[in-house]
Amino acid sequence: MSIRLSVNGNEHEIEADEDMPLLWAIRDIVGLTGTKFGCGLAQCGACTVHIDGEPTRSCQYLVSDAVGTEITTIEGINGKIAQTVQQVWTEYDVPQCGYCQSGQIMSAVALLSETPKPTDEDINISMSGNLCRCATYQRIRAGIHEAAKRLEA
Amino acid sequence: MMLSKMVLDTRSYPVSASRRKFLIGSAAVAGGLMIGLNATPSRAATTAVTDNPMTGYIQITPENQVIILSSQFDMGQGPYNGIATLVVEELGADWAQIDVKGAYGNTKLYGNIMWGGTAQGTGGSTSMATSFDRYRIAGAAARSMLMNAAADTWSVPVEEITVERGVIRHVSGKTATFGALAQKASTMQPPQDVQLKDPEAWTEIGKSERRRFDSASKTNGTHPFTIDIKLENMLTAVVAHPPKFGAKVSSFDATEALKVNGVTDVVEIPRGIAVVAEHMWAAIKGREVLEIEWDDAQAEKRSSTEIMAEYRRLGPNEPEATARSDGNVKTALDNSATVIEATYEFPYLAHAAMEPLNAVARMNTDGTLEVWGGHQIPDLYQFISANIAEIKPDQVILHVMKTGGGFGRRAVADGDVVAEAVSVAKAIGFRAPVKVQWTREDDMRGGRYRPAYLHQFKAGLDEKGNVIAWDNHIVGQSIVSGTPFEGLIQNGVDKTSVEGASNIPYAIPNLRVGLTTTNVNIPVLWWRAVGSTHTAYAVETFFDEVAAKANRDPYEFRMSHLKAHPRHAAVLKLAAEKAGWSEAIAEGRFRGLALHESFSSIVAHVAEISMEDGAPIVHKVTVAVDCGIAINPDTIKAQMEGGTGFGLGSILAEELTLDAGEVEQGNYDSYTPLRIDAMPDVEVFIVPSENKPTGVGEPGVPSIGPAVANAVFAASGRRIRVLPMSNALGS
Repeated sequence: MSIRLSVNGNEHEIEADEDMPLLWAIRDIVGLTGTKFGCGLAQCGACTVHIDGEPTRSCQYLVSDAVGTEITTIEGINGKIAQTVQQVWTEYDVPQCGYCQSGQIMSAVALLSETPKPTDEDINISMSGNLCRCATYQRIRAGIHEAAKRLEA
Repeated sequence: MMLSKMVLDTRSYPVSASRRKFLIGSAAVAGGLMIGLNATPSRAATTAVTDNPMTGYIQITPENQVIILSSQFDMGQGPYNGIATLVVEELGADWAQIDVKGAYGNTKLYGNIMWGGTAQGTGGSTSMATSFDRYRIAGAAARSMLMNAAADTWSVPVEEITVERGVIRHVSGKTATFGALAQKASTMQPPQDVQLKDPEAWTEIGKSERRRFDSASKTNGTHPFTIDIKLENMLTAVVAHPPKFGAKVSSFDATEALKVNGVTDVVEIPRGIAVVAEHMWAAIKGREVLEIEWDDAQAEKRSSTEIMAEYRRLGPNEPEATARSDGNVKTALDNSATVIEATYEFPYLAHAAMEPLNAVARMNTDGTLEVWGGHQIPDLYQFISANIAEIKPDQVILHVMKTGGGFGRRAVADGDVVAEAVSVAKAIGFRAPVKVQWTREDDMRGGRYRPAYLHQFKAGLDEKGNVIAWDNHIVGQSIVSGTPFEGLIQNGVDKTSVEGASNIPYAIPNLRVGLTTTNVNIPVLWWRAVGSTHTAYAVETFFDEVAAKANRDPYEFRMSHLKAHPRHAAVLKLAAEKAGWSEAIAEGRFRGLALHESFSSIVAHVAEISMEDGAPIVHKVTVAVDCGIAINPDTIKAQMEGGTGFGLGSILAEELTLDAGEVEQGNYDSYTPLRIDAMPDVEVFIVPSENKPTGVGEPGVPSIGPAVANAVFAASGRRIRVLPMSNALGS
């Protein structure tokens, strides 16, 4: 069927079965590959995108349900929070293999948008859905705290 | 495994004989054997240049880009950054002009020096060791060629030219970029020898502010992984593998699968049935309705519980083979005042890297075949690909991709997913490029696990509390048996099964490490830190138990047995001091420590925990590491942090089980690596060293587990001898 998606402010008219997960529509049809496939079961967070600003696991979200929403992927995030997070991530050399980091950043940006000064416990709650097999968690945590500090200034 | 055996026996490929040798050598490295590690780097001496740096190591483009061709594959631990640091140091390049690409296809240039240089490959945490001289020499030689090109162009003596931060400068003030002189430099005669910088003059090596050059692209979604490869008309395939290891396809019916919108082909390949489609979702849906009858006649049908039950029966027996025997352990045990016995059990573990396995193959009209993937053993994969496609190896063009993790999983003797991509492309007549993409379940159930092991121990103390006997019997599968790496098995001992146990650093006069290798048809593989993933836990918790029986402090007891190993002692001392081992600890907090050498690097962990609902919460971890010269201290810290989290997750809650031969876990809901809420604060201290660099990709993993287990003992008096801990303790 024909489905109309709004991704990063651009309208896309795509052909896809309505049961296709949004992840594969974004990657294989729209053609944006920054959003990663890790598990297909909303267990690892590598596929996290924002749907109307809410962090969402796109591998368990049907493309047909995304009609009428505003989808933001790693390629489309902008604004002060996103830029600060990405800047700190780079300065701190958070990524190792880097495969999970699009999802980590999407979750971190969403966290800081909701909670400008997150505690360690806030970070645990918001970021536990994002697996990092390289276990870069210490730098993710430090990066979120540092981004919060810079955004406050 | 059979495929690679066939490959290696083929005489048509000119390097097959030396390849065999290389593979044996590479296994020896995985087993912890290393060559020439402790020589201090020469100071201000000249070093011979054997290869033109501009042919295989450093490409300088007219656009002023410096592309370094890396012999080492990067799955996240940062060898590209390490190699770039070595080149930039000697070349005098600017970091902004640096890029690194994976190289292949020239054993002379890229052969792993730690494996005797006979073939290229990444493993055993050898990337800095093999690169340290090679890439510094290449950088220095390339700089010399740039300087000669400038001298020639400007008609000035070369002695009046300097190179710094990407600028070639004459004393007169005249300057040029690398790009401007690149063409001419590439035609200059390489110097016969170069003088490498004195370590005191280093501006890049050892500088903690030197950070990775690839962080930005891994932060904005632009870094390309194999899964992201897009080619014109490319099809995507998923492969249905046998649900039991060793099973084969009996018959299949593709009727329903072919009805799925987007599915183009259903083809049989040697490893299963591939569903080929226009995109991943169609391939997945097609596979769901594919009907396959499997022939289980030759399949492994045991459960992991049955396998471990057999290991328990074997544990008390005499070992089949002896890895090490000092003194007379039997007599010493008979003469001991106290004998302590314990048995440890370790489950199968999955690599579970974040990027599920994948590869892309495209046959070009000129007869060349391009293969994208995590080419950890590139020459072998080139050969396997050529063999399947029925072309010559030099017609195979590899694209060595940086992968979303690996942890050993991309170094396989039969090239598994690479072979699948080429096989599927061939099965559809090479009419389109094919990406084979495994799902998480394919990856989890696709085999190649850290083997299950059992350790049976007996230790004897004399009346004074000295350890006089140590008997360690290891039972489990061999990683290398039946593969081209099996030359590593010597006198019945697969070194990867005993590494970390047979080289126990503690002075014990009567010591035996024995091995019984089991015959189980579950594919196993190196898993980050290989043998040390179980030997470190077993040896370091049992030694701790022996210390407790002798009423000695675990730190002091270890130190008293380390007089012959000053490097080990220095590492343990540093960790203990920084962790405040001798100081009082807060109410409800407990410490444990462990020390382990792997891949010629020595690491000590001190873990500080509390107990909650019977399970450990790890709050703080202090790590000390001696890995020789610290090329990139921040990368070393990152590897110790990440290795600690990786190792901690494995002992807390990772376990792969089989029921009637079928893997029970499929995804991260049932196979559970560490998440951020369980990540402790990790503080890393690097022992200053002038020794040549050794590895850090794996050595951060082994000793966190026993440190936590020893802290659990301090907290609760319980010894956790069956992993993961979640089975014995609260979750």
